[in-house]
Amino acid sequence: MNFPFLSVITFTPLVAALIILMLPAERKSEARVTALAAAVFTTLLSLYIYFGYDMSAGGYQFVEHWQWVPQLGITYHMGVDGFSLPMVLLTALVLLTGVMISWGIEDRTREFMAFFLILSVGVFGVFAALDLFLFFFLLEIAVFPKFLMIVVWGWPKTREYGGMKLTLYLFIASVVALLGVLAMYVQAGSGSFDLLALAQADFPVDFQRVWFPVVFFGFCIMGAIFPFHSWAPDGHVAAPTAISMMLAGVEMKIGMYAALRLGIALMPEGAKFWAPVIVIFGLVNVLYAAYIALIQTDFKYIIGFSSVSHMGLVMIGFATLSTEGLVGAGLQMFSHGIMTALFFSVVGMVYDRAHTRMIPELGGLARKMPWAAIGFIIGGFTSMGMPGFSGFIAEIPIYLGVWKARAQALDGMPAWFAGLASQPWFFPLVAVLSVISIVITAAYILLAVQRVFFGNLPAHFDHGEHAVGDVRALDKVAMAILCGLMILIGVYPAIMYPLVYTGLQPVLRLLGAL
Amino acid sequence: MDSILQTNLLSLILFLPAAGAALLLFFPRDQVDAIRWTAFLVSLAPLGLSLYLWLQYDPTLPGYQFVENYRWFSVINSNYHLGVDGISLPMVLLTTLLTPLSILFSFSVADKVKAFMILFLLLETGSLGVFLALDLLIFFVFYEVGLIPMYFLINLWGSANRQYASLKFILYTMTASLGLLLATQVIGLTLGNFSIPYATEFWPKLTGNFFGLTAEGLRTVAFWAFVIAFALKVPVWPLHTWLPDAHTEAPTGGSMILAGVLLKLGAYGFLRLVLPLYPAESAQFAPWLAFFALMAIVAGAYASFGQTDFKRLVAYSSINHMGFVVMGVAAAAATRATADASHGIIALNGAVLQMFTHGLSSAGMFLLVGVLYERTHTRNLEDFGGLFPLAPVYGGLLLFTSMGSLGLPGLAGFVSEFMVVRGAWPVFTVFTALAMLGLLMTGAYILKGIYKSIYGPLNPKWAGHRLEISAREVVAIAPLLALMLVIGVWPTWLVGVINETITRFMAG
Repeated sequence: MNFPFLSVITFTPLVAALIILMLPAERKSEARVTALAAAVFTTLLSLYIYFGYDMSAGGYQFVEHWQWVPQLGITYHMGVDGFSLPMVLLTALVLLTGVMISWGIEDRTREFMAFFLILSVGVFGVFAALDLFLFFFLLEIAVFPKFLMIVVWGWPKTREYGGMKLTLYLFIASVVALLGVLAMYVQAGSGSFDLLALAQADFPVDFQRVWFPVVFFGFCIMGAIFPFHSWAPDGHVAAPTAISMMLAGVEMKIGMYAALRLGIALMPEGAKFWAPVIVIFGLVNVLYAAYIALIQTDFKYIIGFSSVSHMGLVMIGFATLSTEGLVGAGLQMFSHGIMTALFFSVVGMVYDRAHTRMIPELGGLARKMPWAAIGFIIGGFTSMGMPGFSGFIAEIPIYLGVWKARAQALDGMPAWFAGLASQPWFFPLVAVLSVISIVITAAYILLAVQRVFFGNLPAHFDHGEHAVGDVRALDKVAMAILCGLMILIGVYPAIMYPLVYTGLQPVLRLLGAL
Repeated sequence: MDSILQTNLLSLILFLPAAGAALLLFFPRDQVDAIRWTAFLVSLAPLGLSLYLWLQYDPTLPGYQFVENYRWFSVINSNYHLGVDGISLPMVLLTTLLTPLSILFSFSVADKVKAFMILFLLLETGSLGVFLALDLLIFFVFYEVGLIPMYFLINLWGSANRQYASLKFILYTMTASLGLLLATQVIGLTLGNFSIPYATEFWPKLTGNFFGLTAEGLRTVAFWAFVIAFALKVPVWPLHTWLPDAHTEAPTGGSMILAGVLLKLGAYGFLRLVLPLYPAESAQFAPWLAFFALMAIVAGAYASFGQTDFKRLVAYSSINHMGFVVMGVAAAAATRATADASHGIIALNGAVLQMFTHGLSSAGMFLLVGVLYERTHTRNLEDFGGLFPLAPVYGGLLLFTSMGSLGLPGLAGFVSEFMVVRGAWPVFTVFTALAMLGLLMTGAYILKGIYKSIYGPLNPKWAGHRLEISAREVVAIAPLLALMLVIGVWPTWLVGVINETITRFMAG
């Protein structure tokens, strides 16, 4: 019997959370240390399986398979492939850095750490689950602590609204997607919720065309697809820092991960049919959200909309249904995860010290917190797709995929749309338009850098009772981990793309792209 | 050791500055002297290696030398592919020469020394990468990544209007590079890889239909995308407006590299990519290029003459001088593989030489303006006057450098501009003749600069001030002046290397 890596990774945070909840409330340091130890442990295990995965063998590895509710065809089935492994590692990294930058939370520390850990249980599990019942079970586990954490520790002004909005949107998204999954379950008729069994089902083309959008767009709501994106900035802004990191860094990826795993991979014919529609939604996400980010005055809202914009690139990458596009989307999911976690951590550091996030009230903070400034700048360059950082490595294949993409199945679409999407310039035009977002992103990031970190430091931040101090040592460690990864992937992409490529090969074969 | 020098010499040159920057990270912030000297000594290593490279390079061999080729991003077939030829070699030497000199001059920077030196070394790696890259994506990577250090050099150490100037600099350049990025993607996609030698051979021959365009139509669109990106960097009129702002606000060391090296990236883009990848389009649109070059020469010179800010005057002079590079490129584009190729060869030799000599003279001019600014805290020409007796050494150096910039026979600028004009005259007679107007104005603005600063009646404000140039600054400019003189008298050592590559290229 092999060591159950995935279960250990998934449930270590749960064990740690239970231990923490048993501590007396005033033992804050112990709660923090326990959380950090659990996070370090899961990160090391995730790194171990990341590098231990055998790429030449491919497929799902580290598999665990036990009966759970055999009467309903429900099993406890876990396994990871090259597409989910980076997501597991991402979750571990965001958990680790999230604990680090939450070190200073004094209000109900014990509960905060415990809920944060429980939240990560659901997230880890979702990326490892190969049984759809288990998948939805773990997905909902992630929702309950999220709502509580936003409402209890969130930004007082909007936490009820933001927490409620986010939770409702995510519930609706998962219910819509669940509906599609149930339809697949019934159609397959094998009485099994197992992902591998469903992958063998070979659904009829008409069925796929009807149900693909339900599953795909349902999950895309979790990835903040336009026009269902507004929960993301509102929710992220209302959430406490570590939760924003986990939400924007990882949970948006759950939506996109599931959209590929349960949407495109199970219903490839549906994906071919809907691809031109997806690409338009993705394009709107990319440009519209970038423009909205440009006109924000709240530092955290800039980052919130920036996430929406970047997730649009993942959607565009998926819509290309090509090797380059999907690999790029996979890389973008990881790259954006660490980048946005870094962004939210820096915003949190600024807010904790300056007690405001309004851009006009800030300025010159680089002098007080140089590490935060450098971290934000590195994240910013990743965000604008600057070469040398991971964002470029992710975006270039996506654009190549878009150039290459063609509408594959348009019969049944309205004539005007089929006429438009069948033009040879349809996808290239998307590439040309979406690339504009690079400059918009550069503008809002650099303006934020100039206004928050450079320029004149307001006098009350410099000295007196409102003086701004430097960040903690653990904050620096957390930022160094995230920044280091962005540069590492940017300079040496071979550390990630072969794995993602291996993981996507089965899907690409189904799509006829290999 | 010997084997690394043979197999990875270019990588060594390319990454030594970055390694030095990484080393500097571990220095305590207040050890400013240690930081300065380490940065300077580190930057001497690539210079030594590129001199070694120069000696080992064999101009008679066709193609690229010291080639390195490793897999980098194989899912999209992009390789870490480096190499040098007679066009890139002088640029490598120029970059590795100007960086230590700029660092030496920047010893006077007192604020955030560590960050300054780190950015400077990263800037060197970024620029060298462009000159060494033989893969379109790697080219683009370095082309863009070099913007980051320059942005911060302007933004953090610039003068009053630096926020505006730095943002304008980076957004203009990034916007213009979007087309380059898209066109690069299209080339990589249609050819299946990003290799520049491969693209040089097959991209011009591409046939078929792509994205609703014919191969010719696609090439024409991509041609203009490349031209706009590089023309903004050169900069060619009317895309030059970012330059005076960036230069005026940048710290002196930054201006030296900006004018000396970064402007060459654009011109180098024309030579390495636009001419080889788009021979037909280049020939077809060569008159347009020549026209823009003419406008840059004339308008740059007139605008320069109109300035009252000494640094802005020098900044506009760069537009004027770089116009000759583009004029040479245009003449070469029009005559490549025709009976007139011999004219194009001369013009293109002149263009590459002009890139080198302008690197020397503009860096020298910015250095001298910086010397004056550091002592007087003004750049307004009206505030100067009659400084020669106060600073005789400085006056002599300014006179010499200005004459080099002006194109005085016997100094480097004359050789290169003469070659461009000589080569372009039979090809674009009218444009070249009109460009002479610009040359006339060059004399006028240079003389205005010298006259207003060191000649004329002494501005009483400065009586008793110590304005003389320091020994360190003389050391920093001396190699530039020596090279200007050597090239002016005996350009063969440089032209010999350039000419072999260009002659082979112009044969088509």
